[in-house]
Amino acid sequence: MSRAGGSARVQVEGVHKSFDLDGRSTPALLDVSLEIHAGELLCLLGPSGCGKSTLLNIVAGFLPPTRGRVLVGGAPVTGPGPERGVVFQEYVLFPWLTVAQNVEFGPRLMGKPAAGCREITARYLEMVGLTAHASKFPAQLSGGMKQRVAIARALANDPAIVLMDEPFGALDAQTREVMQEELSRIQRVEHKTIVFVTHSIREAVYLADRVVVMTSAPGRIKEIFTIKLPEPRDRFAPEFTQYEREITRLVKEEVMKVHE
Amino acid sequence: MIRALALVAMLIAWAAVSYGNRSLEVVMPVLLPTPGEVATVGVALARDGSLARNLLVSAGRIGAGFAIAAAAALALGLAVALYTPARLAVEPVIELVRPIPPLAFLPMFLVWFGLGETSKVAFIAYTTFFPMFVGIAASLLRVDVMLLRAAASLGATRWDLLHRVVLPAALPGIVVALRLGFGLAIFVIVGAEFIAADAGLGNLIMEGRVFFNPAQIVMGALLLGFLGALVNALLLSFERRAVRGRAPQ
Repeated sequence: MSRAGGSARVQVEGVHKSFDLDGRSTPALLDVSLEIHAGELLCLLGPSGCGKSTLLNIVAGFLPPTRGRVLVGGAPVTGPGPERGVVFQEYVLFPWLTVAQNVEFGPRLMGKPAAGCREITARYLEMVGLTAHASKFPAQLSGGMKQRVAIARALANDPAIVLMDEPFGALDAQTREVMQEELSRIQRVEHKTIVFVTHSIREAVYLADRVVVMTSAPGRIKEIFTIKLPEPRDRFAPEFTQYEREITRLVKEEVMKVHE
Repeated sequence: MIRALALVAMLIAWAAVSYGNRSLEVVMPVLLPTPGEVATVGVALARDGSLARNLLVSAGRIGAGFAIAAAAALALGLAVALYTPARLAVEPVIELVRPIPPLAFLPMFLVWFGLGETSKVAFIAYTTFFPMFVGIAASLLRVDVMLLRAAASLGATRWDLLHRVVLPAALPGIVVALRLGFGLAIFVIVGAEFIAADAGLGNLIMEGRVFFNPAQIVMGALLLGFLGALVNALLLSFERRAVRGRAPQ
């Protein structure tokens, strides 16, 4: 599997997923096939309950697909692994560890020597602007700072792909835009394969190389947009607004279906 | 500061009631010993060495019984938390035995383990095991699955998950369970020493009863209070270190 500074291709092949609710099998994902290119930032976009987080959890290896399979760098996913870093909406930092120890968690598990771990930790803390807070505990940080730690923790482990499940969903609007700008800046340095789940159309258009719009439950791929805008992107450019308008129309169709 | 004042206030209240009773004789004065009388008994017991001896004997029994129970509760708690068949097998047995008041079994412990040290240590171990086991198993089972997912995506093996995530995440709950267990140990040692013992704080109290010396009864009770408060303070400082940095619950 491609590691060490690399980024890998992700192939989602005919993935179905059903959940048992009250003894009835309820489909969540219907025949999803998708290829995510190495080094691409791909946004999964759709109304709540469309199965976008389920798809991400399947790629992460937290859930097995009912049918179909996922390949990362050509190898089938059978469970969670260090080549697939995950950033959760609720941060999920280790509360008994300091900021620096959280970031160092992965490299230390990988058996990196102490000096190397410290160097990696220092680099990623600087990248997310938290060098001054290295010895604080998560409980002492704001939501935005916690999510920066979570991003640094995922990147410090040098995964080939990064899976982000509505990572900025719990943040206020201003912090959210700042975090989007930081992620965009980091991605221009790191060139990871990133799968980013969101229900914010603006966020998707700002960040993504491609936006996958999903249908309401059960989730299928409705349409894929390639966002051909130069980076860093201008949220007020007419082309930006044009993408927003087009994607909004599609998403609205799906939301209306739920209410009919 | 407030803590110290509260203790002084308690002492003053005791002195006021007991010395007041001296002149008003609401109850027979000998039945309500004054702080001075208790202190006198304490000094006498300290002089002839029986205070230290009784204290050490009780502390030794509590320590041994508590240590055995804590080790067993931790081991079985881990087994139950990590291995579902173990949980299914152990739970019904525990839930059946746990509600029986331990004192109901005390005579059986004397029959099984004799009148010596073994029966006291075994009784304390038996009594304190259940609340500690329940608390430890619950805090291990309650560890957030998201923490496990986060660690697994960083490359944690099963062993890493256990000692780098499950144990530290459950530690505050484990320490609370240990504190509960220790409190209970002090609770039941007296019962065990009442029935059959030639030393220990329970025996000291029993002696006070037999020889009609209420001041000695109060002295024994106070010593138990001090012993409990001391160990609780130690466990609390350990707990504070364990939850260092975490948001208050």
